[in-house]
Amino acid sequence: MGLLSNKNKEILTSPLSVNNPVVVQMLGICSALAVTSKLEPAIVMGISVTAVVAFANVIISLIRNTIPNRIRIIVQLVVVAALVTIVSEVLKAFAYDVNKQLSVFVGLIITNCILMGRLEAFALGNGPWESFLDGIGNGLGYALILVIVGFFRELLGSGTLLGFQVIPQAFYDFGYANNGLMILPPMALITIAVIIWVHRSRNKELQEN
Amino acid sequence: MEELLSTFVRSIFVDNMIFAYYLGMCSFVAVSKNVKTALGLGIAVTFVLFCTLPINYMLENYVLKEGALSWLGPDFADVNLSFLSFIIFIAVIASFVQLVEMVVEKFSPSLYASLGIFLPLIAVNCAILGGSLFMQQKAFPNVGVATVYGLGSGLGWLLAIVGMAAIREKLAYSDIPKPLKGLGITFIVTGLMGMAFMCFSGLKI
Repeated sequence: MGLLSNKNKEILTSPLSVNNPVVVQMLGICSALAVTSKLEPAIVMGISVTAVVAFANVIISLIRNTIPNRIRIIVQLVVVAALVTIVSEVLKAFAYDVNKQLSVFVGLIITNCILMGRLEAFALGNGPWESFLDGIGNGLGYALILVIVGFFRELLGSGTLLGFQVIPQAFYDFGYANNGLMILPPMALITIAVIIWVHRSRNKELQEN
Repeated sequence: MEELLSTFVRSIFVDNMIFAYYLGMCSFVAVSKNVKTALGLGIAVTFVLFCTLPINYMLENYVLKEGALSWLGPDFADVNLSFLSFIIFIAVIASFVQLVEMVVEKFSPSLYASLGIFLPLIAVNCAILGGSLFMQQKAFPNVGVATVYGLGSGLGWLLAIVGMAAIREKLAYSDIPKPLKGLGITFIVTGLMGMAFMCFSGLKI
């Protein structure tokens, strides 16, 4: 077993597409929708969640044999809450504006279902290194969806990307207008639905009957 | 009194947990397949929100906030424990959910069986921690408003999930493009319901 054997590579890469946490496993949808009206908070959120999932997975995997089964949810919550507190303090110190935009959603990483889902389904039954890879993979799969949604919503909704104007002024002179609806909550849901549609047309085995 | 009523109505319709903040989407999507289960989960969530918000409000104002410990004496006047709030809030919620789980198991075994894994997972339902965090952010003037806010957000969530379940029961008979079946169409319907709820924004009493 090398550090990156085939099995481990699979653990790392499958959450990016066929086993994506958001569009296939249905985990972590809440925050995927709420922070994506601009690209920048979406990227920051993706990175924060990746860090928390990876380290929570490692910690739980290290102590998995000593946790009594009945209280494991509370133990997991405490581990995750401690990690999120660290992330939140770091964001407050180094990225205060983004932290303001994310508002309560940094705290809500605690209840992000990706964390509980991966801890329950993977970290409780696997070693620390595999768990770390699984955490990174799932975090990146989540970040990927966030970035796609954030990209389209910011581009169509405000005509900017990361705050820079990308749609030239000439377009507006010809009567092009930003679609204000894209920034409002309902369009996030519909954007994700379109992603699911495209993803499932390409991967037919994921379709539901 | 007026403030209570206004907070109540706003938290149900305008700041609806699902349509305005998408909180609790995971269980919303997974449990909204039939009305009865959805109603059961909705009531459980409302109850937990209604009970945990006042507790967390007290903790926030008498223990965690900057200067909140001053009732212990002048030495504690500038203690700021707010970095502990995530852990404290989630601990209160998790223990409360445990309690609800035991009660439901005792009095309604059939509901307990149909909710399955989603009952313990109320602890990690974003809507509930979200309620406490919004309470912290909005700095409500007294515990009554906070309680009413909890009740209202819970009822808003209940309304959303029951409505969704009713639509999905009908949706089972419609002809949907294959890749969109299940998850995809649920999102689109939620989006459309969200647009409908947007017409409540600006509502004042």
